[in-house]
Amino acid sequence: MPRPGFVLEVDRSTPPILFWRGENFSLEKLPADRSRIIYAPEPHKVIDDIDGAIRHSLLNPIDMDPLPTLLFPGMKLTIAFDDISLPLPKMTRPDIRQRIIEAVLDMAAEAGVDDVHIIAALALHRRMTEDELRHQLGDRIYDAFAPRGMLYQHDAEDPDNLVLLGETPHGEEVEINKRAAESDLLVYVNINLVAMDGGWKSTATGLASYRSLRHHHNTHTMQNSRSFMDAHKSELHKSNWRMGEVMRKHGPKIFQIETTVNNDTFPKPFDFLAKREWEWNGRDRAKFVAAKAGLNRTPARMARNIFHGIEAPHNMTSIQCGEVEAVHKVTTENVWKQQLVEVQGQTDILTMGIPFICPYNVNSIMNPILVMCTGLGYFFNLYRGKPLVREGGVVIMTHPTTNEFHPVHHPSYIDFFEQVLTETTVPHELEARFEKRFAEDDWYRHLYRTSYAYHGVHPFYMWYWGSHGLQHCGKVIIVGGDAPTVRRLGFTPASTLNDALEIASDVVGRSPTITHLHTPPIMVADVK
Amino acid sequence: MKALRIDRNTGRFMLARLVSGIDTGSAAKIGPLTLGDDDAPALPGSGWHRVYPRLTGICGSDLATVEGHASTYFENWVSFPFVPGHEIVGELESGERVVIEPVLGHAARGHALPFENAAPGDGDDYAHLALPPLEPGIQIGFCNSTGGGWATELVAHESQIHRIPDDMSDERAVLIEPLAGGIHSALQAIESVRGVESPVIAVQGAGTMGLCAVAGLRAFAPHAHVVVGARYPAQMRAAKELGATTVVKSSELSRTVRHVVGCHVVGDYLSSGAHATIDAVGNSDSIATSIRITRPRGRVVLMGMPAQVDVDLTGLWHRETELKGSYTYGTETLPDGSRRRTFDLAIDLAGTFRTERLLSATYPLSDYSHALRHAAEAGPRGAIKVAFDLRGERSKKDSTSKKEGQH
Repeated sequence: MPRPGFVLEVDRSTPPILFWRGENFSLEKLPADRSRIIYAPEPHKVIDDIDGAIRHSLLNPIDMDPLPTLLFPGMKLTIAFDDISLPLPKMTRPDIRQRIIEAVLDMAAEAGVDDVHIIAALALHRRMTEDELRHQLGDRIYDAFAPRGMLYQHDAEDPDNLVLLGETPHGEEVEINKRAAESDLLVYVNINLVAMDGGWKSTATGLASYRSLRHHHNTHTMQNSRSFMDAHKSELHKSNWRMGEVMRKHGPKIFQIETTVNNDTFPKPFDFLAKREWEWNGRDRAKFVAAKAGLNRTPARMARNIFHGIEAPHNMTSIQCGEVEAVHKVTTENVWKQQLVEVQGQTDILTMGIPFICPYNVNSIMNPILVMCTGLGYFFNLYRGKPLVREGGVVIMTHPTTNEFHPVHHPSYIDFFEQVLTETTVPHELEARFEKRFAEDDWYRHLYRTSYAYHGVHPFYMWYWGSHGLQHCGKVIIVGGDAPTVRRLGFTPASTLNDALEIASDVVGRSPTITHLHTPPIMVADVK
Repeated sequence: MKALRIDRNTGRFMLARLVSGIDTGSAAKIGPLTLGDDDAPALPGSGWHRVYPRLTGICGSDLATVEGHASTYFENWVSFPFVPGHEIVGELESGERVVIEPVLGHAARGHALPFENAAPGDGDDYAHLALPPLEPGIQIGFCNSTGGGWATELVAHESQIHRIPDDMSDERAVLIEPLAGGIHSALQAIESVRGVESPVIAVQGAGTMGLCAVAGLRAFAPHAHVVVGARYPAQMRAAKELGATTVVKSSELSRTVRHVVGCHVVGDYLSSGAHATIDAVGNSDSIATSIRITRPRGRVVLMGMPAQVDVDLTGLWHRETELKGSYTYGTETLPDGSRRRTFDLAIDLAGTFRTERLLSATYPLSDYSHALRHAAEAGPRGAIKVAFDLRGERSKKDSTSKKEGQH
């Protein structure tokens, strides 16, 4: 029986705690008697017979007829699937998406369906490489569909392959992939890594155009999503759900398949990273010392390759399919079961170690914009109820935050860093002054469509993602970051955690309460 | 008079060139420059005045000479020994304060003007620059007959003298000469974008000259999107204060121009680019970059003084890029069609742009090695313009009437 999440009150006997620092980590001693550490629940048990569970679910959907009854010869069937942004790290082969899509294809074949398209629901993310697609879908699917042009990636900038389904009562345009919209059945294959994923967000975001996405990917929406892990209090979700209504009325029939995975994040050599430090045995300590010593001597690029080569042992803990909203309700409950940790009250200082990966730098570089997004966008928002840190409190991150960008994946990020953040870091202001030009830049559009670049507007979305955190916190400090780069982000650099705590005392006083979010693995603090 | 003098000494030039490559600033000590007491230059004739410098700037071309980097081109256009310094605010014997337009034009040399009211820099025949009665020299500061601003005394022709208002500080006035150069380059760039509704003009380099070009662009093309690539934070701040629309690190200039224009990238070149680029650096890399970021059939205004460069000009050929040299000033045709002398424009605009904020430090003549080091390292040290302050060094006793008598 896996142990639930745990909040450790730090005392004098508490050992130093692991803090991620990008492709490295450190052990930090937190002040006794006023610090606490939140540990994620232990990984839930994976389904024993995953293929059997998939088949069972397809035959027993929620509030919909079994999949085989929805399939018929001559129909247009489109299967859309979540892209490389999750799960994190990538899972060992076979990926859940491969197993599910193979099962759907088997049923389609049995029903005599031969017009099948498989579409990666990229939204404005970068296109995936052949290797990445093969990893997700397996060679069999790739070789059968890709050469014939029936496996491809959604292009949110292809006017010929987008269709406007209508508008919500709020004036939000719903424009999605034309093939998906005109199919007799759209099967969406999701991995719900966090509670934010899934539901109508799968189609209303994953298959949408910039014209559509801008209605909920903006500062106003993000600052009013508290948090976006809690759909009931998330303006992001409300907008997606409104769009879902439009799709329900004017779009294709959707058969939603959602899955959850456990938080078994690190394979054997790195499994100590998910353990509670006081439970480290001699071998764990030796592994830490060896890894740390090795990483200290390893060039950054090589360290990056090592970490991005990690394939996580996490796997499926639930699958449910059928009607979008009914399915998502069950999915969300399953996510909460794995990730929720009850926490009493807020804290003055929230500390977080920023790891090597976030949804937008798989096989890539965690650039400074993504550091901000991971810290203030994702980790800050890993709450239900109230933010972990009190309003006006301080967030301290640990990360090297170098001025380094992947030129192929993140070209507009470089210009955002150099041309936008030099002018302003205020989300509303940069949105008003700069977003349109980046979003409509023909070169970025070209790179997004033909290369492996995130859309021109994407760095803005990353900044908006952190806008609730920016608005909420009195100060943000990055420990170990490149000072000019950290300052460009509008944050305060510090050399050590102790320095950071000293700097934070200007805002929160001399004896603040401190909470460390010990993630990864992913968890969500249920703050009472 | 007290003067810094450059002698024709090939060995010292070579040594300066060698040393400056290792330690910028050291060339002042071991190069061809010496501080001494010299005879003041004689007045060459009627219409000439004795000028007592108050502040004299240190220009990039001065540094290039001191460090032995100047092109051999100038060998026939200067006369040794000479006193450098051509960014001069000084006073006449009458006590009037003046700035000097240093080009030794037709009037100064007693030649017929190329056209009525021509400025010293005008004309399409430079023979007069090398012909008597003066020794060869393109400007005061490179001519043996006139002396230069790095001395307590020099001579200038009436055609070169601009009286300045009483309320204009020396610190503001000493930047008028570079501002005139900046305006001239800016107008050359603006001329090429005439009729363009929203022109994009890039400026590469934000030393004094690049910044003065920004001021010129702002004054005469307020509708232009001016993108500046600067190396140092102080330069970036100054460019912004002078009105540049976008200021980025030099290494980001190409990306930024691309983004502002909204074009593509093909290899190392932008598919389109800035309508015009002012290259205020003037080396192989900057010229190559200027061509790459300027749109086909656009204009590159070469403001920074180059020496020998190595540039692949295939792109220039294919894109039909116009590469236009930009030297000093003269008579300008403004966007509204009116014609004015660049120096007059600069005097008018010096107050608008508060040019004194570009003056970062002054030194006495005797501390020339520190002054030149500071000027050579201006960017990294957060400085823009470094000048000699001669206000405390003037000794009228040095104004040798004897010399005048000899003449």
